[in-house]
Amino acid sequence: MVEESDVRVVRFGGSKINLRPPIISTDSRFVLCTSGDSVKVYSTRTEEWLHSLQGHTNQVTGIALNPANHLQVYSCSADGTVKLWDFIDGILIKTFIIGYPLFAIYVSEKHEGIVFLHIAMDTDSKKEGFQLVAVHLPKSAEQEVEAKELSAVSSHISPNPSCTAFGREGQYIAFARNLQLNVYFFRKQKTYSFSLKATDKKGAKNAFTCIACHPTDDCIATGHEDGKIRLWRNFIHKKEYTYSTQHWHHNAVNTLCFTPEGTNLLSGGIESVLVQWQYGTGNRKEFLPRLGGSILHVSASSDGQLFCTSHSDNKITVIESSFKVCGVIQGLVKGDAVLTDLMIDPRSKALVLNGKPGHLQFYSLLRDKHLYNLDIVQQEYIYEAGLDQFEVVKAAFDIKGYWLATVEERGQKSADLEFFLKLWSYDERTQSFVLNTTITAAHTDRIISMCFSSSEETTMLVTIAEDGQFKAWCQGVDADTKQDQNFWSCDFVGSYHNLKPTNCSFSADSSLLAVSFQEVITIWSPDTWELLTTLCQPPGVIRDLCFGRLSCSKYLISTTTRNLLCCWNLLTCALEWSTSVEVSKLQSDPLSENVAAFSYQSKHTDLFVFKPNEPRPLFTHKNVCSEKIHRAVFVPREEPLNNCDESSQWLNRSQLYFLTQNMDLLTFSTATEEDRMLSSSTRLVIDDSVAVTPFYLLLGKHRQQQQKLNTPSHQAADRPQQPQGSVTITELLHTPAHVLPPASVLCSMFVSSLLISNTGVLQDPLRKEMESSEQEMNSEKEEEDSEGEMEACDSQQELRVQGSVDEVTPKLSKAQERELKRVRKTDFSWMAGLIASKP
Amino acid sequence: MASFKPTKVQFLPKLGEKVTEDTLYWKNYKSPVQIKEFGAVTKIDFSPLAPHNYAVTASTRIHVYGLHSQEPIRSFTRFRDTAYGGSFRGDGKLLVAGSEEGLIRLFDICGRVALRQFTGHSKAVHVTSFLSDGFRVVSGSDDLTCRVWDVPSAVELSSITEHTDYIRALAPSKLNPDLFVTGSYDHTVKVFDMRSGSSVMTMQHGHPVECVLLYPSEALLVSTGGRYVKIWDLLKGGQELVSLKNHHKTVTCACLSSVGNKLLTGSLDRHVKVYNSSYKVVHNFDCDASILSMAVAPDDEVVAVGMTNGVLSVRHRKHKKDKETLTSRRRRGPSYRVFVKGKNFVPRQDDFLVSKPVKQYLRKYDKQLKSFEVSKALDTALQMWTRTSKPEVTVAVIIELNRRGTLKNALAGRNEESLTKILNFLLKHIFDPRFSRPLLTVGDIVLDLYRQVLHQSPVVERQLQRLMEVLGREAELQQELLQVLGILDTLFASLTPRKEVAALAALPVDQGPQLQAA
Repeated sequence: MVEESDVRVVRFGGSKINLRPPIISTDSRFVLCTSGDSVKVYSTRTEEWLHSLQGHTNQVTGIALNPANHLQVYSCSADGTVKLWDFIDGILIKTFIIGYPLFAIYVSEKHEGIVFLHIAMDTDSKKEGFQLVAVHLPKSAEQEVEAKELSAVSSHISPNPSCTAFGREGQYIAFARNLQLNVYFFRKQKTYSFSLKATDKKGAKNAFTCIACHPTDDCIATGHEDGKIRLWRNFIHKKEYTYSTQHWHHNAVNTLCFTPEGTNLLSGGIESVLVQWQYGTGNRKEFLPRLGGSILHVSASSDGQLFCTSHSDNKITVIESSFKVCGVIQGLVKGDAVLTDLMIDPRSKALVLNGKPGHLQFYSLLRDKHLYNLDIVQQEYIYEAGLDQFEVVKAAFDIKGYWLATVEERGQKSADLEFFLKLWSYDERTQSFVLNTTITAAHTDRIISMCFSSSEETTMLVTIAEDGQFKAWCQGVDADTKQDQNFWSCDFVGSYHNLKPTNCSFSADSSLLAVSFQEVITIWSPDTWELLTTLCQPPGVIRDLCFGRLSCSKYLISTTTRNLLCCWNLLTCALEWSTSVEVSKLQSDPLSENVAAFSYQSKHTDLFVFKPNEPRPLFTHKNVCSEKIHRAVFVPREEPLNNCDESSQWLNRSQLYFLTQNMDLLTFSTATEEDRMLSSSTRLVIDDSVAVTPFYLLLGKHRQQQQKLNTPSHQAADRPQQPQGSVTITELLHTPAHVLPPASVLCSMFVSSLLISNTGVLQDPLRKEMESSEQEMNSEKEEEDSEGEMEACDSQQELRVQGSVDEVTPKLSKAQERELKRVRKTDFSWMAGLIASKP
Repeated sequence: MASFKPTKVQFLPKLGEKVTEDTLYWKNYKSPVQIKEFGAVTKIDFSPLAPHNYAVTASTRIHVYGLHSQEPIRSFTRFRDTAYGGSFRGDGKLLVAGSEEGLIRLFDICGRVALRQFTGHSKAVHVTSFLSDGFRVVSGSDDLTCRVWDVPSAVELSSITEHTDYIRALAPSKLNPDLFVTGSYDHTVKVFDMRSGSSVMTMQHGHPVECVLLYPSEALLVSTGGRYVKIWDLLKGGQELVSLKNHHKTVTCACLSSVGNKLLTGSLDRHVKVYNSSYKVVHNFDCDASILSMAVAPDDEVVAVGMTNGVLSVRHRKHKKDKETLTSRRRRGPSYRVFVKGKNFVPRQDDFLVSKPVKQYLRKYDKQLKSFEVSKALDTALQMWTRTSKPEVTVAVIIELNRRGTLKNALAGRNEESLTKILNFLLKHIFDPRFSRPLLTVGDIVLDLYRQVLHQSPVVERQLQRLMEVLGREAELQQELLQVLGILDTLFASLTPRKEVAALAALPVDQGPQLQAA
């Protein structure tokens, strides 16, 4: 098989932004965070993603502001390089090649030109061993420098980067591992270590989880697994150290951070409560609860005005020092596992999957932006380790996006399973889904799968459950009152020889329902609930089912656990073809006949795209990734591509996204598409390179515009320059809509100006024709205006005449003159630039 | 930062109770007004003219009441013996009544003395009525005859003796002045035509007929007698349409509501039942004594029921208007007025609005849950008022505690008094299918926690004993139900035709070799 070079797998957005603590720039305008193989820069005020610093080839594992220049940032990556960036302009300044995979970076003001890095122990074969090294960054003018001066500070340190911190003025560095706290004094070149017992009488778990050093005082704060915070003092003398203990967190303390002045200590853990301890006053503390997701990192800005917390649900919260949340930066939430399928909301075309605990998230793929979370469970989430809580496990949309069905479940592990089936209707007014029906005991056992019928008129939901039954739900008529209810009720209960159903699917026109029971596929008619036929191809339990679409709607495709992919012809009820391939996910494109099958064989995943009517695959991609793929979705494109290339034709109508077991969202992209995306992304960077507040947008732009207006338009007209035109166009696009003249006026003027400058006299009849049509259009809405009619023509009119000097000015009709006068009252002098720019 | 989400109380519908529009309609009556009469109330008849006064025949009198009065407007007392069957003429100006002595009297509604007296019956006349032309009166008597009288001349026009027992039911046709229906204790219902002078149709009710009733279209006829209510289709030659058996004593009276022609029947078993158009019982009025007579005012404004103990109970319809005036009249306390002060202020157009965040009000148990005070939250939820009138709230808190994994902590460390409260709640609700699942977990945890110290408190021990008994009985019942279900399943399985096999046999023959029709 020839490897396709045109279509390739790209990682698509939504990567982790909570891996390492975010950094707030010195002027508090930007938040920087690691995100996959790039560093993302967000504005603290508007929460907008401004740009990303791209250049690393592997996961970025740490960022730190350059202490010598507050506009620069160091980043280290697993690809073995440290890069220095200007983060405001997004320019790479220098690359230092270290040569080992790096896992964390620390800098200190005291040690200029030196960075401290976590690297894996090269001597140790185990992955657990980590080493803290100091690297002297050589000063040279070159772009790429190899830094060879490595000196080990300590070996055997904790893999957790929050277990290392610099002390007061960089005099010492403290690092903890398991039950031992080490302090290395640079001046004495000595390490003191203090250790705790593993457990005491009360069963406390004393292992260190994080560490923070007071900026002005000799004090180290350590967090522990059982939620205690210890403040260590007097550790300069090894024998006479003391510590005090404070306890509020009931689970491990994930992060600790001193404010820059050292007046407060911030701590956070699984409880998702940010706690602020007043330093030196014992137990006085403030709380900021329910931030959502357990807190992984806390950082403070250098002026102490802003705090940043990053959460386990891939979110960064910006908090003012008065403990008020002022901004939330939300990435694509990826929990422990995505339990629901990937889905597309038919209305917003947003990707829908599990979000925050108990929520469904809507994520715009187009803008790589989290849209909103829909609260499904509607219960207070208790952040506590090991607590079994309701999770959304299934969700389905109907074809118009008017109904959403969800299943939430609790107690998967224990014996008593609780689950609810909920149906949500879309509310036009609030632009959101509203709970319509809650069904408490939809089945007696867990719901395996559900699907909506795809017909336009009646909406029906079919659920299959482990109790061996499938149920059809519809928004039906009550038998007693004979009235239309707006809630859902059960319409039909079906089963087949008490076998456990495995999957269900509606045909494209909803005239057939296929439910697979172990090895048997049963075909039902949803109108009469009659069992039409059964299909069976042993051995192996049916795993996936899908009907063909469009011209292939007579085919039904099924996959079994015994590596068989079967295609049934429903007209003859016979097996059309079958092939032996291990399919982990079968997904059909709603807009074309294509079906994509991900197969997992010998530790890598292959993709086959085929049409049911021909057994030869349309497209094959070997070795898509090394993990098994269970979630995939076809996303309809905004505008179809027109690739004629056979290998990429299947991507014309919709795009295939899939989720690996490592929760990476990947997609296939074609060469042309990539070009387009690249150009659009660069434009975005230019536009947003300055942090723009809405206020700035409103006033700053306006001021620019006025400046432009002040310059005489005739001068601009005299200098026909290409860039000038583009400036005018951006001006036109950037002017707020309410300031612009009506589009009808703009359009006709725009078109006619083009005509004049391009063709002159030759196109005169055409122009007249256009003007007359314009006149007709305007005469409909003309107002009676009895002012003097022939006044001096405005600049626009002059310009028009200028464009065609050698042409006799056409006599203006009355209606036209009136129109002109109306136009004259609005100021379009900026249009002059546009018109002039045309050759 | 999200705000605290309060506990969600699930409102599960009670099983077996369906709220339909009919039930809502018939529930919408005020509590009955009781009027004491001198003897058993045998007949109530509403005047067809507004203001729809009604005549109540009881003992030796006929009282005429206004719709809203509790004192009689007028009374006719010139009976020497018990009066029966006082009914209005179609214009509401004349009233006719029979009596125990066999005399039929005709009254002007404004006068006191009888205008006419029809003599001829030899035994008591229980039913009298005007024919629809208004000039003739028909009567049914215990002397087995049915007689028609001319009002102007007070002479007997005809006498028909076809029944073989007492005639106790009579209904004249409203569409044809010559037709009337009689029901008798000889188990038959007969339709008489005056033009032929004899019965034209006879239906066998099967029990002594107490009441007959014609639908306004006069295609359907209702007869009651014994425990049965039967509906006859007159257009199909008196074919029985439905036979209803919803009362457990003799059905004595029936009438039709004027909105939607719903059938109401009253019986000696002290119930009035309301049927919908497919003859299912949709509502039930309970009375204090056996019901003898009943009538519904036009527009269903009033339902009047007469009983054997001489009590006339009158129910008036509730109106929205009444409710509104009630609430508006209620004066609120000063604290309430302070609370709503300025809330109903409507801002003017050019006013600048400063919105202020709406404060979230939490219930007490939610406040306690918010601060993780689980024991206190459970105590709050188990307070007297909540646990008796809103058990679903208590159960919701229990479910929430269970979800948080703190139910055990909340139940632990209780004294005898608070433990009794919990056990009482369990005893009352543990087999309610809506609540049984969480409550069984509570029972389990209570047993686990207090096993060691149970013997110290005889009260708790006794309650646990009772709980055990109750659960044992419930388990037995469930088992029996399962057995019945099994029996029914086999019955159904043997009854259904083997359609599936036939369908499979009819499959297309050109199946692929791999296909196996299971």
